[in-house]
Amino acid sequence: MIKAILIFNNHGKPRLIRFYQYFAEDMQQQIIRETFHLVSKRDDNVCNFLEGGSLIGGSDYKLIYRHYATLYFVFCVDSSESELGILDLIQVFVETLDKCFENVCELDLIFHMDKVHYILQEVVMGGMVLETNMNEIVAQVDVQNRMEKSEGGLSAAPARAVSAVKNMNLPEIPRNINIGDINIKVPSLSPF
Amino acid sequence: MSPSVRLQEMIRVIRSARTQCEERGVIQKECAAIRAQFRQADNGGRSHNLAKLLYVHMLGYPAHFGQMECVRLIASPRYSEKRVGYLGAMMLLDEKQDASLLITNSIKNDLSHSSPYVQSLALCTLACMGSAEMCRDLAPEIDRLLKTANAYIKKKAALCAVHIVRKVPELAELFNTAARSLLTEKNHGVLHGAVVLITELCERNPSALPHFRKIVPDLVHIMKGLVMSGYSPEHNVAGISDPFLQVRILRLLRILGRNDDEASDAMNDLLAQVATNTDSSKTAGSAVLYETVLTIMDINSECGLRILAVNILGRFLLSNDRNIRYVSMMSLQKIVQTDHNAVQRHRGTIVDCLKDQDASVKRRALELSLALVSAANIRSLMKELLLFLSCCPPELRAQTASGIFSAAERFAPSQRWHIDTALHVLTTAGGDVRDEMVPSLIQLITTATELHCYTVHKLYRALVADISQQSLVQVACWCIGEYGDLLLRGECEETEPVQVTEDDVLDALETVLQSHMSSPATRGFALTATMKLSTRISRNVDRIRSIVSIYGSCIDVELQQRAVEYNALFKKYDHMRAAVLERMPVIDRSSPGHDNGEPAMIQAPDKTKNNPVVTLTQEPTNQARDLLDLLGGSDEPAQPSTVQPAPAAPVPDSGSAGGDLLDLLGGLDSIPDPSVTVYEQNGVTVKLRCDRQTDVGVTATLVASNTTDSDITQFTLQAAVPKCVQLQMRAPSGDVLPARGAGQVTQTVHLNNPNKVSLRMRVRLSYCSGGSTCQDTVQVDSFPASASH
Repeated sequence: MIKAILIFNNHGKPRLIRFYQYFAEDMQQQIIRETFHLVSKRDDNVCNFLEGGSLIGGSDYKLIYRHYATLYFVFCVDSSESELGILDLIQVFVETLDKCFENVCELDLIFHMDKVHYILQEVVMGGMVLETNMNEIVAQVDVQNRMEKSEGGLSAAPARAVSAVKNMNLPEIPRNINIGDINIKVPSLSPF
Repeated sequence: MSPSVRLQEMIRVIRSARTQCEERGVIQKECAAIRAQFRQADNGGRSHNLAKLLYVHMLGYPAHFGQMECVRLIASPRYSEKRVGYLGAMMLLDEKQDASLLITNSIKNDLSHSSPYVQSLALCTLACMGSAEMCRDLAPEIDRLLKTANAYIKKKAALCAVHIVRKVPELAELFNTAARSLLTEKNHGVLHGAVVLITELCERNPSALPHFRKIVPDLVHIMKGLVMSGYSPEHNVAGISDPFLQVRILRLLRILGRNDDEASDAMNDLLAQVATNTDSSKTAGSAVLYETVLTIMDINSECGLRILAVNILGRFLLSNDRNIRYVSMMSLQKIVQTDHNAVQRHRGTIVDCLKDQDASVKRRALELSLALVSAANIRSLMKELLLFLSCCPPELRAQTASGIFSAAERFAPSQRWHIDTALHVLTTAGGDVRDEMVPSLIQLITTATELHCYTVHKLYRALVADISQQSLVQVACWCIGEYGDLLLRGECEETEPVQVTEDDVLDALETVLQSHMSSPATRGFALTATMKLSTRISRNVDRIRSIVSIYGSCIDVELQQRAVEYNALFKKYDHMRAAVLERMPVIDRSSPGHDNGEPAMIQAPDKTKNNPVVTLTQEPTNQARDLLDLLGGSDEPAQPSTVQPAPAAPVPDSGSAGGDLLDLLGGLDSIPDPSVTVYEQNGVTVKLRCDRQTDVGVTATLVASNTTDSDITQFTLQAAVPKCVQLQMRAPSGDVLPARGAGQVTQTVHLNNPNKVSLRMRVRLSYCSGGSTCQDTVQVDSFPASASH
């Protein structure tokens, strides 16, 4: 089971945190700090597995992490998950983010935190791996985003106006307007 | 009210804050605005507000006031609001909050919603934070969803079912049939979910295993399809077809094939195929191979396959990729108990990994090295381990020290080597040695009688060099106190003797006593050692007397008590001092069956193919044999430890480490009653008092008394002892225990112990109290020291 997924930057600022086991808020922040402390000490050429923290779930857990440019992706798992498999899963997740955000960078994660959560929800559910096929994930996320957009709210108003005009059924403009003979009597006005 | 600011806008504002204080201010303002907006009844921007709140929550600020808003949003008909509401529920709520109950109904409705995406939201939330009640309520719904046509919903329902089974194990049977039928799906996501569900069902409920073993052929078929299929762009990861699914299936096969020949046979071919055909140049392939190897080792596979597996592991161990090396050491750790020799072949590589710069690899190598220690390689391996101890990272030192100690204890080739190793560990990592090690070390030193001189000289040198490492100081003080005369004699064959005077030795002990680095336990050791020296030195007894009297007013109660008692020894009981402080006898290991030959092979409970099962627990019909059988059984070696731990060591609880060893000084008049209470229940108290104790026998008296308000009648005692000990019981003084302690029943027993084994006795009491008969059994593991030795 995956106990937690943490994404933070090189200075320890959290970009996404997701716990699949209940922890109080201050405990969560402490876990983030301790994880950052452990992970940032590692060299770049050592293995991607870390043991020996003491906060989450006692002794049966390890941290599997990957470092991409400015971000650390850390998965905290227990012994029922395959370590190498989780490494691959992190890669799949990052590639999915890349597809969804078009060349994802840290700013994307910062400003679209909720969207990243929704993508993550398609990959990991309840601490278990749900789907690993990137195309499938991206397709589902797209459908859901479209559903949300179609419902609207203020942001969709311009889009709705445009589509309303497009769909407007203008009655056929009559070509020959036959008014008939009108005898308009112009009153004669006296000159000034 | 200010218009609701979008999430991005708020994030921008927060990020532009330059200090922590500024950020806090901004966030507080935002939270206040959000709170106000929540209180408004109808509000277009509700989902934005909750999203903002979740962002703030991620940064670590309190967000509990959003819980009710989550509930409201979940109940909304709009998808965008539901989405954020459910996300909020997963982040902010858990089963302990009251608000989580309120969403049960919404989830129930949403599970039957027309849109599959709303259904999936509900499933996701249930799987993340569903409480036991919610799971019970909604389990039938989930079962129904497992049978829908929509693959997207099916895979989510499968994982939701896993969560339900974890929360409410009784519901496992509900999903058995559905899980099996899911295996016929083509969609990999659904297959994956199905395999996870079946794995969870099998792990939770071993009785379901026979039911699920029938699917082994199906699993083998699926795996074959994955392995043999050509390139499929859908599921390809680095050239392997859906490695995630392959790994899951291999894990399930492991569980199903364990201890079952038929299932293991069915998968032998497949495992061989996977092991040979998988390309392990990338992580994905290695993951699959690694699982295959673990599965092969765990089931009843044939010999050739096992050899193949160990070879693959050996190859992994030499790989350049650090991750793969780490993972191979993990798997070697799992099989080191069963295939010890195979792993021994790789000892060299493992020991080299101790020097790796990666802390994780070092940790693995340490555990593996400790598991690989055997009588044959103890010397060379210990050299490496000691080297490691001197340069290992601090978090591993305690583990290394205790590992070295237990290995040395089991396989020491000679006493001198053992003591050398122990001293080396003490001097290198004395501060990290656990407190329980100190008494065993002391016991070790006392048994090595020829080496007392050598030991005390070495320890004295170490003590003088460094008094900060508590364990080292404690052992050193004890030795100096005990063997101070050998130290002062200044001659030693084994090592360069230290030329000290009595003043030097007392100086050293006093430094320990006064140093702020010494813990209270250490100071206790030092004080007692000083006192013991009073009988071993000739000239500076007055100095010792003054030290002892100073500590009579020490703030530390323990030290004060000791000092006062020692003072009394000087003043009133000077005639007894020599006898009390004389050299201690060799301490016997108090735990029976402690070093019964080979180390206990602890493994999974049904690895019976390697060890012939020793069934010592056959219930004899004859009741009288009961007692004797249970005691006699513990003389056999390596009994599987499922039987009651009664013959295990009665751990002398060392509140102050080694304190009870020193309490054998007893015999001062402060201890009035040398008997030990062995039974105290229902108002009946039975005490054991040793009358006479020799090398080959003990005479003891059992005294029973009764504190209830009514008499106890038909009181009888029966006793049983280990086979090699002879027991004689004299007639009891009576069989009625008068009420309220008005009288006692005594019975004398004599144990004849010609083989000098550790004495134990099992006593069965039966009596009639208040009209009902009671029977009880107690075990006496150690006999108290007798008053007259």
